[in-house]
Amino acid sequence: MQQPDKKVLLDMYSTMTKIRLFETEVQKFFGEGLIPGFVHLALGEEASATGTCAALKPSDMITSTHRGHGHCIAKGGDPKLMMAEIFGKSTGYCKGKGGSMHIADFNLGILGANGIVGAGGPLAVGAAFSCQYKENGGVCACFFGDGASNQGTMQESLNFASAWKLPVIFVNENNGYGISCPTSKSMAITNISDRSAAYGIPGATVDGNDVMAVYEAVSEAAKHAREGKGPTLIECKTYRWRGHFEGDPCVYRDDKELKEWMAKEPIGRFKKTLLENKVATEAELEGLKKKAEEEIAAAVKFAKESPVPKVDALLEDVYA
Amino acid sequence: MATKTFLQAINDALRLEMEKDPNVFIIGEDVGKFGGCFGVTQGLYEKFGERRVRDTPITESGIIGLAVGAAAAGLRPVAELMFVDFIGVALDQLFNQAAKMRYMFGGKAKVPMVLRMPQGAGVGAAAQHSQSMESWFVHIPGIKVVIPSTPADAKGLLISAIRDDNPVVFLEHKVLYGAEGEVPDGEYTIPLGKGDIKREGKDVTVVATSLMVKTALDAADVLAKDGISVEVVDPRCLSPLDTDIILKSVGKTQHLVVAHEAVKQGGAGAEIAAVVAEEAIGSLAGPIVRVGAPFCPIPFAQSLEQAYIPGVDAVVAAVKKTLA
Repeated sequence: MQQPDKKVLLDMYSTMTKIRLFETEVQKFFGEGLIPGFVHLALGEEASATGTCAALKPSDMITSTHRGHGHCIAKGGDPKLMMAEIFGKSTGYCKGKGGSMHIADFNLGILGANGIVGAGGPLAVGAAFSCQYKENGGVCACFFGDGASNQGTMQESLNFASAWKLPVIFVNENNGYGISCPTSKSMAITNISDRSAAYGIPGATVDGNDVMAVYEAVSEAAKHAREGKGPTLIECKTYRWRGHFEGDPCVYRDDKELKEWMAKEPIGRFKKTLLENKVATEAELEGLKKKAEEEIAAAVKFAKESPVPKVDALLEDVYA
Repeated sequence: MATKTFLQAINDALRLEMEKDPNVFIIGEDVGKFGGCFGVTQGLYEKFGERRVRDTPITESGIIGLAVGAAAAGLRPVAELMFVDFIGVALDQLFNQAAKMRYMFGGKAKVPMVLRMPQGAGVGAAAQHSQSMESWFVHIPGIKVVIPSTPADAKGLLISAIRDDNPVVFLEHKVLYGAEGEVPDGEYTIPLGKGDIKREGKDVTVVATSLMVKTALDAADVLAKDGISVEVVDPRCLSPLDTDIILKSVGKTQHLVVAHEAVKQGGAGAEIAAVVAEEAIGSLAGPIVRVGAPFCPIPFAQSLEQAYIPGVDAVVAAVKKTLA
């Protein structure tokens, strides 16, 4: 595969950095009680979201999950509108009516995070059907976790998309745990991508903390889909540094495992690759990081200063 | 105007909208060459081809989810579930996805889809193929619930449902498919949320839906012989509900009977009764009486099934009770 140009590579670095910073801020403010409800952080999982979305076109679509902040940023979501939404402010992506689990930006092809595990599969099938129907060459990437991979909806979606050769890229982010239940107890296979065989579609397991590996696999899957050959199932092995949700005491896993995975963290690894291959200098990357810090700081400021929704908005937008 | 069956009227509406709007397509189990389990989509596959009339795997979550995703991405799907009883395996895609997308995404999403589902007892299909489930859907903000009783209404409401920018659940009583009536030609529409007086009367209002409208009309004939004048009101949509037409009628007759084939307990009739109780209890001269199926699954044996389905006698008795 042809090496992507410098801009793509540096954008991926920036995106992963932004996700890391964004999630770190959300963690902090949730801890301070400034964010209501539930949040599920993607710290440690920056590469799967970033590598996937970098391999898509702006007009392509994604369906996301409860752990969706990274997907949204990677697909071009505005951190200001995201942070405001997570703070429950009227300036947020969903006017404060969705929160962390329901961020969407249809103009960017982000068809929504989802609070129901496995529910994005059928939606991605529908979005991909619209591409096939309109013959517009578009694809839809469907993010789902290892837990979701055991839902009937995902089996239905994989079958549906393969039977109709729909342009779906099933991106499984296998972080090893469905809440507290390890995959060793929830399935009899080691690699979720093995299930591709059951649907007669290509499948691959990649290092989900290697953004280039994800980018390459998804690029190939996107090409396959655009050629009318149907879906691909890509499994990205990764790990979440935090619990399933903020506040999860993580009694089900040990520190040793966490430390091993943190040693494989995606941003430092990618930085090393970029420096070794002389794609960028230390100063360039530092500049990008600084820019990301400024953007996230501006997002926090925007969210904090924004007003809460007025009560008269309660009944708006129930129907079109 | 031509005489058509309920089934032909629905088929007509589908064909007209597909001719008019290239974004309208049909998906469901056996809707293609087979023409649909009850024959509703007959001839559409031949006319519009597989691209637009597409058989799916037996995968109800997938069918509804495909419709939701495609609608969100700009198409206008008409999905069919073979029986409303199958909604249980797919409900999430309707009530957590389709119904909530617009609101939870802050008004950005539009989900213009129709979910057609045959329902109702009377054909010996037993407990899992005969239910009337409308009350489940009425409880969900974000979707509309349409439940026609005549061929003309079915056509006019379905065209409106397809053109509506919201998810619409369209419930067709399978015993009605063969019912005949005069149906306006061409693009005939009825606004969603507008009820209809099926028979004018002055002594008692019977609010009935779906096949029960016919039962109520038959009961009205019986009662007329006793000098009782029954007004039959068909709301046609249960969400949004035309409360005005009901309250106006009750204001006139001062008596209300609510009749549906669905189980009486927690049925959509309870909502209608409650609306009238809240808004117009002072104008009532008798108790509100509900007619609905008993609280049990639908039996197979014909003798039991007929005992289960609320009939003319039940409506007559209810009217007499409120007038007593």
